[in-house]
Amino acid sequence: MGAWILAGVTFREAARKRILWMALVAGLAFLSLFATGLHFQMKDFAARVPSALIRRQALNAMLMMGLYAVDLLTVMMAVLTSVDTLSGEISSGTIHAIATKPVRRSELLLGKWLGFAGMLALYVILMVGGANLVAYVLTGEAAHHLARGLALVFSESLLLLTVTLFFGTIFSTLTNGVLALGLHGIAFMGGWIEQAGTLSHSPRAVMVGIVASLIMPSESLWRRAAFEMQSPLVGAMGFSPFSNASAPSFTMVGYAAVYLVVALALALRRFGQRDL
Amino acid sequence: MARQSGGRLTFANSLAIETRGLRKVFGQKVAVRSLSLEVRRGEVFGFLGPNGAGKSTSVKMLLGLVQPTAGDASLLGQPLGHVETRRRIGFLPEHFRFYDWLTPAELLEVHGRLYGMSHARLRTRVPELLDLVALTPHRSKQLRHFSKGMLQRIGLAQALLNDPELIFLDEPTSGLDPGGRRLVREIIKQERERGATVLLNSHLLSEVERTCDRVAFIREGEVIETRELEALIEGETAVRVQARHLPPDVVQGLERWATAVSLDGAGPVEDPELADAQRLRFCVADRGVLPEILRYLVERGAAVYEFTPERQSLEDLFLEIVGTDDGGL
Repeated sequence: MGAWILAGVTFREAARKRILWMALVAGLAFLSLFATGLHFQMKDFAARVPSALIRRQALNAMLMMGLYAVDLLTVMMAVLTSVDTLSGEISSGTIHAIATKPVRRSELLLGKWLGFAGMLALYVILMVGGANLVAYVLTGEAAHHLARGLALVFSESLLLLTVTLFFGTIFSTLTNGVLALGLHGIAFMGGWIEQAGTLSHSPRAVMVGIVASLIMPSESLWRRAAFEMQSPLVGAMGFSPFSNASAPSFTMVGYAAVYLVVALALALRRFGQRDL
Repeated sequence: MARQSGGRLTFANSLAIETRGLRKVFGQKVAVRSLSLEVRRGEVFGFLGPNGAGKSTSVKMLLGLVQPTAGDASLLGQPLGHVETRRRIGFLPEHFRFYDWLTPAELLEVHGRLYGMSHARLRTRVPELLDLVALTPHRSKQLRHFSKGMLQRIGLAQALLNDPELIFLDEPTSGLDPGGRRLVREIIKQERERGATVLLNSHLLSEVERTCDRVAFIREGEVIETRELEALIEGETAVRVQARHLPPDVVQGLERWATAVSLDGAGPVEDPELADAQRLRFCVADRGVLPEILRYLVERGAAVYEFTPERQSLEDLFLEIVGTDDGGL
C-alpha cells in the first residue's frame, strides 16, 4: 500500500516539476526533426534509387538511427531523473517525515522505483512508438519486431534506474551520476569492441566486449532491441552503430534481468540498513 | 496497550518511552554514549542539552531512522523499528522540509494516506489541522512559496494528523516568530490534555520551562539528571547561607524543612572577612518556613552573615548540571 502511494507521489513529482512535460516537448521536437529528415530522404530516394528493396533497407537504417538517438535519450532520462531522489532527500531531511510513517523502508524504495518505472514506460512508448509511427506514416514501414524492441529498450531504462537507485543508497548525487553513466559508458564501449571484434574476426576483442557487457549489460539490451527492430537485411549489411553485426544472445538478456533483480535486492538491503 | 510477552524486553505499561544504554557511534565519533531514559505516558518530557549533546541522534534512534550501535529501547511497549507502532506516533523533524511542489493540503493528504487514514477521515481532518496552524488562507499555495515558519507549522500539522499517542517534536520552534512559538505551546498543552505523550527536543530553555512536566539534561550523549519541572517553577526555592559555627548535627536538622541540603565548606573569597565562613545550600518547597529555619540556625548558635532565598530558574539549573564549557548554547 505504502509503495503505491509513494509511486504515485514520485510520478506526480515528475509531472508537477515539469520534467515530464519538458521531456514531452523535447521528444516532440526530436520527432519533428526526425520526420523532416526522413521526408526529404524519401523524396530524393524516389528520384535517384530505382530499387524498391534498397530504398526500404536505407529507410529502415534511417529509422534505426532515430531509435539509436532515442535510446541515448532514454538512458539519460533513466539516470538523470532518479539520480537525486535518495541522496537528495536524505541530505535535505525530506525523507525523515516519510521514513517515520508506518511504511517499511523497502516499500519506500519500491514506491520510488515503481513511480520512475511508470514515467520511463511512458517516455519509451512515446519516443520509440513515436519514431516508428513517423516512419510508418512516411514510408509505410515500421520496426521489424516493434513490441520486442519496446520491451528491451524499456528494460534497459529499468536496469539503469535500478543501478542508479542502488548507488543512491550509498553515494552522493554527483558521485552516483558519474558512476551510473560511467558504467553505461563501459557497456557502450564494450558493445562497439564486440562488434568490431566480430567483423575483424578477433575472438579476443569479442571477449573483451563480452566482459564489458557482463560488468554492465545495459548496452546489450539496446543492441538486442536494435537486432529485433532492424530489417534482417540491414543486419546483414554489417557494421554501423545503428545495426548489429553480432546481436547479444537471449542468455545475455537473461543475465541483464538477473543483474537488475540483484541490483534491486542490494538497493533494498542497503537502504534498509543505512542511517537516514 | 497490552504488551505481548515473550519479547526480549519487558517494559512497564505506563511508560511511553524506555531506553536502556542506547548508544550510537559514527566511525570514531561517539554521538550518544549511553542513553537510559523513562518517559511516562501522558507527560510532556523535555530533552535539554547543548548542541552536539546527541539529542537529535537519540530521537532518530527512537524513530528508527538511525540504527543503535548498542542498547535496547521500546516505544509504547513495542521494540524499536516496529512498523505498526508508527501508526500511533507523530514526528516533527528538525527543519521540516518536504516536496516543495505540493500544497499544504496535499502534503497532509500524502502523510495521512501513509498513516493509512481513510479519505473520509482526511476530508475532515485536513481542514481542521490547516485551521489549527493558521495555514487555511495558504491552502492552495505550493510549499516552495512558504517561509521557514510556515513550513515548520505545516510540519507540526502533519505530526498531529493521526491523533498520535506519542509525539516527537525536534526543535519545533526553530524559524517561528513569537506568534508561532505561542501556537506550539498551545498545541503541546492541548495534546497533553488529550492524553498524548510529548517528547520535546529543544535547546531553548524558556520553551522547555513553560511546557514540560519533566526534563532530562543531556551531555555527551548521556542523561546527567532528570528533574520534575513543576517543583522548580511552582515554588521550589533555593536558599544560600553563609555562616560560622555550623556543626553537622545542626545542618542535618535542616532536613525537617528542606531538601538538597549541602555544605560546601568555605565560602567565596570575594569577602575576605568571610573567608573562613561555611557556605550552605538547601531547597524548600514553601517560603513560609524560612523565618523558622533562620530562627533555628540562630538558636543553635550559628553566626549567620547571609541568608538569601533565590528562585532557581531552569537556566541556573542547566548551568549547574550541564556546565558552561559546551560553547554550543
